[in-house]
Amino acid sequence: MIPPAAFFILAALLFVLGVVAFFVKKDLLTQFMAVEVMLNAGNLAFLALSRPAGRPDGQAVVLFVITVAAAEAVIGLAIIVLVFRQRKSIRTDDLKGLKG
Amino acid sequence: MAGLFWLIPLIPGASSLVLLLAGRRLGRSRVAALASGAVLASLLLSIAGLLALLGRGAEAAAPSKMLLPWIASGSFEASLAFRFDELAAVMSLVVTGVGFLIHVYSAGYMAGDEGYARYFAFLNLFTFFMLILVLASDIVLMFVGWEGVGLCSYLLIGFWFDRPAASKAGLKAFLVNRVGDAAFIVAILILLSTVGSAGLAAINAAPAAGLLSPGLVTLVAILFFVGATGKSAQIPLYVWLPDAMEGPTPVSALIHAATMVTAGVYMVCRLSGLYAASVAASSVVAWVGALTAVFAATMALVQNDIKRVLAYSTISQIGYMFLGCGVGAYAAGLFHLVTHAFFKSLLFLAAGSVIHALGGEQDMRRMGGLRKRLPVTFPVFLIGALAISGIPFLSGFFSKDAILTAAYAGGRYVLYGLGLAGAALTAFYMFRLIYLAFYGVARGTPEAERPIHESPRVMTAPLVVLAVFSALAGFVGLPAYFGRRADLFGRFLEGATAEAARHPAPSIEVVLAAAAVLSALLGLGLAFVFYRRSPDIPGRLTLRFPAVYRLLVGKYFVDEAYEAVVVRPLVRGSERIHERFDLAVIDGALDGSAAAAGLAGKGLNVLQSGLLRDYALAFLLGAVIFLGFLLI
Repeated sequence: MIPPAAFFILAALLFVLGVVAFFVKKDLLTQFMAVEVMLNAGNLAFLALSRPAGRPDGQAVVLFVITVAAAEAVIGLAIIVLVFRQRKSIRTDDLKGLKG
Repeated sequence: MAGLFWLIPLIPGASSLVLLLAGRRLGRSRVAALASGAVLASLLLSIAGLLALLGRGAEAAAPSKMLLPWIASGSFEASLAFRFDELAAVMSLVVTGVGFLIHVYSAGYMAGDEGYARYFAFLNLFTFFMLILVLASDIVLMFVGWEGVGLCSYLLIGFWFDRPAASKAGLKAFLVNRVGDAAFIVAILILLSTVGSAGLAAINAAPAAGLLSPGLVTLVAILFFVGATGKSAQIPLYVWLPDAMEGPTPVSALIHAATMVTAGVYMVCRLSGLYAASVAASSVVAWVGALTAVFAATMALVQNDIKRVLAYSTISQIGYMFLGCGVGAYAAGLFHLVTHAFFKSLLFLAAGSVIHALGGEQDMRRMGGLRKRLPVTFPVFLIGALAISGIPFLSGFFSKDAILTAAYAGGRYVLYGLGLAGAALTAFYMFRLIYLAFYGVARGTPEAERPIHESPRVMTAPLVVLAVFSALAGFVGLPAYFGRRADLFGRFLEGATAEAARHPAPSIEVVLAAAAVLSALLGLGLAFVFYRRSPDIPGRLTLRFPAVYRLLVGKYFVDEAYEAVVVRPLVRGSERIHERFDLAVIDGALDGSAAAAGLAGKGLNVLQSGLLRDYALAFLLGAVIFLGFLLI
């Protein structure tokens, strides 16, 4: 039996990894994957808490997150593809259209 | 039939609604038939109501009908309720009778006009509001009619709105009326707060019941009269009426004879309880009336526009009516209102016929010699002119005489003298018009002369009917020297007003009548000498007294004075306020807040780098701070 704390530590590590990757990497696709890592870190924390609490809520939330993540991946990837077609680049430093 | 009197105003109202909504699709002949038919139906109902009134017992109350409660707030109540008493009966007969003839005449006069349906819709609407005013049983509903009539006068005077002069005249009528209406509203409010009821019967009874202090009675009566000076074109608010000639001629006849301008006289008769209770207010009414009668008549002396002569004549005749009311002879004032309705609408419609024949020419200097060429218009015009001049046994003789007699019997000799002078002036300007337009040689251009023709039957028939009434209507109100019970009109109205006229001995009345006839003949004779026998006299007089002539032609420069004292300061002040307040304060505040928002945007702009990383960082920091708050 692995203690829940181990799961939390792993989840926290994964999350921080995602955050750091998001800030360090400069192309949209990798940053997108970093977001996925963060999402899954959250999933792991939910699952880890769900079992000792003896309630199914955590697992239900995870299912939701997976569903949302799937939809988000579809839209996100589609956006990335379109951005690439338009700009021939997905480097976030090149995408400064929102500058006021 | 008589129980249906409440339909009298509603029929023209409904017809007007139909014409406004669907008039264009009806076709001309049906438009005219519907509009005239509606007024004819009201006329028949009025006659039925009159017969019922004549037949009822002395103690029976006048029929009244409550259609809808309108405002009920605490003790204050106003409702859509009509009352058909003797006063209302007389007035509604005049409005619908003369109104009907004007509708018929208009069918011919307006035949070629674009806005045929619109014209008849407005004409019906005018009749509707006037009848509301006449039949209303409380002062609030009466005010609705009062305002409605003002609105319709604006619509009809400015009927040819593409002519700047017409639309300006409509606006002037509306605004001048508004000045009087303000006083009217104040009077209503005072009454509501003191008497506590809007009913006309309660208001008339209020002074006797002690609900109003004598000072307040005078104040209210004078305020109402200020309203009347606006609507009935008396000094000082008469200036709109001569300009109102810009409207179609039948409209002038309707405004001047049957409806609008008589509203003020009717209102004073309606509220005679108030006026009878205040000597001061009655004196004001009498003096303003007498002065207006003479003042307006002097301006009519030198006008060259045929319709303007009649316009000033109307102002002058309404002055007589107020003179009658002011000396307590309400029946005489109303009698003159009725006879005036006949002969003045006759004169206007006949003048319209002249203008129609001459293809729109209104200047008498380019008329002349029309006597032979307009074989119907000339005799009826002559009858109207003789009636208004007070030539014996025509209607105007009896009614004007009744007023002058009452003024004399009341001991108001100055007022009587003014009235007598006015009578001479009236005869003079009317026969000046006749001699200029119908006698002598034609002064128009040859092209304008050739197509002169008598008007179609639809226009001359109403003229003939009106001429008959102008000639004979006087016999319903014979003076006392024909017998004590000869005054059918006065006896019919007994009890409907607070009649306070005194009657002199019949022998004195005969002398007074003779004096009135003499002064009329004097005016007539002078006109004959000036404009028929030796036409060079007016020109010589003009040269001899240039100042007087300029004063009269300039209409005493009242319009110019109002322009300088009222209109221009008002416009100037509005412009100032526009500059100092609208532009500086309101626009300033608006522009300022917009500029502030713009500046704030520019300041915050710095934060927007457009880089995804920066936004994510802000997001992260926010999340950390939020979590930190949750944990701590």
